Order: sequence, then structure tokens, then C-alpha cells
Amino acid sequence: MARALVNVPKTAKRGEIVDVKALISHPMETGYRPGPNGRLLARDIIDRFACTYNGTEVFAIDLHPAMSANPYLAFSVVATESGTLTMTWSGDKGFRQSETVAIEVA
Amino acid sequence: MRASLVVAVLALAGLLGPPGRAADGRRSDAEAMSPALRAMQQDDAANPGMLSVLDGEALWSAKAGGAGRSCADCHGDATVSMKGVAARHPAWDAGRGSAVDLAGRIALCRTERQDAAPLPPESPDRLALTTYVAHQSRGMPIAPPDDSGLRETRARGRTLFTTRIGQLNLSCATCHDDLAGRRLGGTPIPQGHPVGYPLYRLEWQATGSLQRRLRNCMTGVRAEPYPFDAPELVALEAYLMERAAGLAMETPAVRP
Repeated sequence: MARALVNVPKTAKRGEIVDVKALISHPMETGYRPGPNGRLLARDIIDRFACTYNGTEVFAIDLHPAMSANPYLAFSVVATESGTLTMTWSGDKGFRQSETVAIEVA
Repeated sequence: MRASLVVAVLALAGLLGPPGRAADGRRSDAEAMSPALRAMQQDDAANPGMLSVLDGEALWSAKAGGAGRSCADCHGDATVSMKGVAARHPAWDAGRGSAVDLAGRIALCRTERQDAAPLPPESPDRLALTTYVAHQSRGMPIAPPDDSGLRETRARGRTLFTTRIGQLNLSCATCHDDLAGRRLGGTPIPQGHPVGYPLYRLEWQATGSLQRRLRNCMTGVRAEPYPFDAPELVALEAYLMERAAGLAMETPAVRP
């Protein structure tokens, strides 16, 4: 399992704009680099990241081979209600990982 | 009276200086980086080196090898027992009669105390453990130990540092002592203080050790690099840590 770092404030006021930061360890092999034997290494990237807030998708992004290894994504969401934010990374070779964080809205 | 007090306070401030900067002009290379990159290093949620720290934390308490022991079984809580350890390495190993750096020490512990498969240089596990241990010294000043064996090692490192090598016929000192602060092409030439190793280098897109960085530089001047864990590289590390004495540790640092 790849290691991921997700940072969301634990508490927020209703209607506040909060920053979400998500960092995951992943090689993001482009598919254009030759390996030691001269053949191209197979593409192995994360091609989609999505964040759901209590089940509703609030942020999603398609990733392409030009992204660096260990992609770092930062975005904002409006804190509307207490609940959970679920980040899901998915990609080549059946890669799929989810991280869930709780947020309390006062 | 008041003026002299102000002078005294300023002198004291100059003496202590901001972290990563010494009164004699030595400074961490982080100061020459862009504000965006410095922010990345300082924010633990954005610093990709923290991924290695997390991996190392997991490895610290994982049992390994024939002895069935984890690092934590002997050393306990790393946040207490490993505080300041990285700031004192490379250290002198009297039994072996040679200097060992932190990664080398971890690799030795792995084979001798845990009876486990050796951790090859630059392997993810060795880097993760080294980063985790070195991270415990973040913010602490580099404090090279005083030891007669180490003094010899450092002298050897200094000789290597000042000796011209490679087809470009450059020594480390040519750039990092004489021309530091100026530019090579568009890139600032750093003073080359190893304050944040193992660090995350954007060019590598990975965490890497000081030895990897040194080997990079040797290839850069078109010299044949020493193999990993070679005594020459450890001697260079020992000299560089002494050269950076007093600067604050930053592990895991981020560099371009």
C-alpha cells in the first residue's frame, strides 16, 4: 500500500473555505522512459483523483504522464456539514487507494 | 547606555542568527531556494520527504531477521532515543577502526543485531529508516564528535574536498568554497552544507542520501565516482559535517 499524507483541518465554521492537501507516494512512471534493457518501461501512473464529501464528489482531477512522482494536490472545499472527506487515487496496474478524514463543522 | 544595550542585543542576535545561518557567513542552502520550495520543505503536509519518514516510522517497530527484533525493541521510542543522533554522525567505530555514517550504522545494526538481510545502499528501506532517525534531530545544531580517529578521517575528507578530479579538473572547494553564492549557468552555487540529508530532491523525484549527492557531483565533473559506502565518501561526509558544525538540521529537506 502506498503511503499517503492527507491534511484537512479537524474543525471548521459553517461556510468556511478550508484547504485540503493530499500527497501520495507513487512512481508515476510515464511510459516514455527506456529501462536498463533499452525497452520502454510500462506506463504506471495515477490517472484519477477524486474527493467526496459525505458521498458527494466535490473535487476530481484527471492526471497524465507529465505529472511528477509522488503527486501533491491542494484544493479548497466549503465546509457545509460535519462528516468525512474521502480521497481516492486510482490508476494503472489496478492501483486504487482511499484515505478518509473527518471534519467537524460548528 | 541605551545605545550600548542595543548594540549588545544586535551582537547577540548576530551571534545566534536565524536557524540555518551562522555568524561567520555559513548558511543552509535552503536560504537560496525559491519561497515556494522553502514553503514546501516547511509544511509537513506538502514535504514529500515526510513519506520516507512515515515509512521509516513503520519499519522502526517492524520485527525483522533471525533475531526477530525490531529497532524499537532495543532503542525504544525513536523520538527520545534517536534525538540528536544524526547530528553526531559520521561517528567513530572503535571496534571496526573506521568512521561510519548514519546509514552505514543502520545497515550494520540490521545485519549484526537483527540478523537480517543487509539493506543495500539507496534501497527504499535503508533511506526510510535513515530519514526517520535523522528527522528526530530536526532543528538541532550539527555537533560533530571529537575523536582522534575522526580527526584523521576528516583530514582525509578535507584532502579529497580540495583535490582536483575528473576531466573538468575541478575540486569540490573550487565551487563550494571559492565560488559559492555565484551562479553556474542559471543555478546558484550552494555552500554545500549537508544539513538536510537524506533529502527529497525534485530532480531525483525521490529521497536520496548525501553519498548519492556526492557521487552526482563527481559524475558532474566527469570523474569516476566512488562506490556507495566507500571510505572516501564517508571521509567526505565527516569533513562536510564538521564544516557545517552548528548549523541546524533540516531532515527531510527539499532541494531543487
